Amino acid sequence: MLELRGVNAGYGTFQALFDVNLDVKAGEAVGVIGPNGAGKTTLMRIISGLIRPSRGSITMEGVDVVATPPHKIVSLGIAHVPENRRLFPQLTVDDNLKMGAFMKEARDHYAERLEVVFDLFPRLKERRHQMAGTMSGGEQQMCAIGRALMSNPKLLLLDEPSAGLAPVVVQQVFELVKRIRASGLTVLIVEQNVQQVLKVVDRAYLIEAGTIRASGTSAEMLASDTVKEAYLGV
Amino acid sequence: MQTFLDIFDIYLLEAVINGILLGGVLALLALGLNLIFGVIDVTWICYAELVMLGMYAMYFMVQYYGVSYFVAAPFTILLVAVLGAALHYLVIAPLLTAPPINQLLATGGVLFVLQSFATVAFGIDFRNLGIRLPVLAFGDMNFSYARLLSFVAALVGMVAVYLFMTRTFTGTAIRAISQDRQIMALMGVDTKRIYLITSALGGALAGLAACLLVLQYDVHPFVGLSFGPITFLICVLGGLGNFIGGFIAAFLFAEIISLGGLFSDLEWGYVLAFAFFIVMMFIRPAGLLARRR
Repeated sequence: MLELRGVNAGYGTFQALFDVNLDVKAGEAVGVIGPNGAGKTTLMRIISGLIRPSRGSITMEGVDVVATPPHKIVSLGIAHVPENRRLFPQLTVDDNLKMGAFMKEARDHYAERLEVVFDLFPRLKERRHQMAGTMSGGEQQMCAIGRALMSNPKLLLLDEPSAGLAPVVVQQVFELVKRIRASGLTVLIVEQNVQQVLKVVDRAYLIEAGTIRASGTSAEMLASDTVKEAYLGV
Repeated sequence: MQTFLDIFDIYLLEAVINGILLGGVLALLALGLNLIFGVIDVTWICYAELVMLGMYAMYFMVQYYGVSYFVAAPFTILLVAVLGAALHYLVIAPLLTAPPINQLLATGGVLFVLQSFATVAFGIDFRNLGIRLPVLAFGDMNFSYARLLSFVAALVGMVAVYLFMTRTFTGTAIRAISQDRQIMALMGVDTKRIYLITSALGGALAGLAACLLVLQYDVHPFVGLSFGPITFLICVLGGLGNFIGGFIAAFLFAEIISLGGLFSDLEWGYVLAFAFFIVMMFIRPAGLLARRR
């Protein structure tokens, strides 16, 4: 479904990604793990077009993502839940979800999508007229994921969904990811919470200093010495 | 003594009501300017000059070509909307990432260009529509139809903008964009397009204001100076970019002008309004309702 080949990217003179190759197949859940500043967020941003790779190719179902204008990438079926959620704090939950359905194709199915999202997150329905910025972190994360789902994506990019949340809420977020997976959506998830994320994904990549260091199934990654030593603290 | 009080109260009431009527149009002007500032984060110094061009458009259509007022008005609104979009496309868009002072100077330059253009093209004569609307007598109070019509039309215009901003996808995007510009692309929103639509909307509001002001004031190349500065003061007093603050400030200003004019000359009303503004800038420098961030 998604293919990255030889991708380099950075900000100004700082290079954040070096020759990254990554695949996500339809129906899979894939994790990207690694320390702070390894380039995980940059990786998400080049896929959704927020920044452009300096070299390499990105294709979504055969379509060249790099050649697609950033605001059209969501139409390819890629929805990005950005780091720190990035809701519109002074818009209501309803209006935030509306923004998720902005593109033409999604607008036509706005009512249906709203039902799907409210089904998944009944809490959002209760809070629909509340300003998004006044909700708790967990609720905001639900709203951010809901907003991304409004576009009826094929591939969901989740950037650190557990960041800044209380441990109990982190559990809930990972439960949610499981449910989203079960609904047939393809998921690419970036996490520092290695132990948790390896429980919900099929495969994972380990990224360090902008380079893919290792990749494999969740079981392989859990068993790998590099991952164990550096991230699981065993 | 009793009769004196009666008359005084009637005049006071009349002045209060006239203030409200004036506030409607000022609120409309402030809304247009606030919209541009709140969404695009630039200040159109030349906003009142767009209104001036709209007034000329009304004048020529109605006086010169004999088009009826109500037919000419939509064309004027459309014309100024196109001017607003053109202003954004030609002047603002290339300067979006430039320092604010450059943007300010550029729109300030447009102000002089438009004034000079109007002087060369239309001369410095004061022109009016030649429409004299009757005066409505209500008890002992007199209200001009022009003001009543302006007030109602301004309210309708503002309600229309409110509905557009709250009910449509594009309107919601306009409200969202100033809260997080970078991620708009993730929503599938083309920010350039939203800016252009917002500029056209700001222009349309200036066009509507032109249609209403031309009923009460003569048009000349420098007419923008009579309500441009006050529109800015209203926006700053309400908190730049704050729609509700601008709305309240417009009526506050209009009342000060109207009531100040009751006790002495109309000019003193303006002096009081500006003095009030200066005092308020010390008390609430970020505006009546400081924009929450």
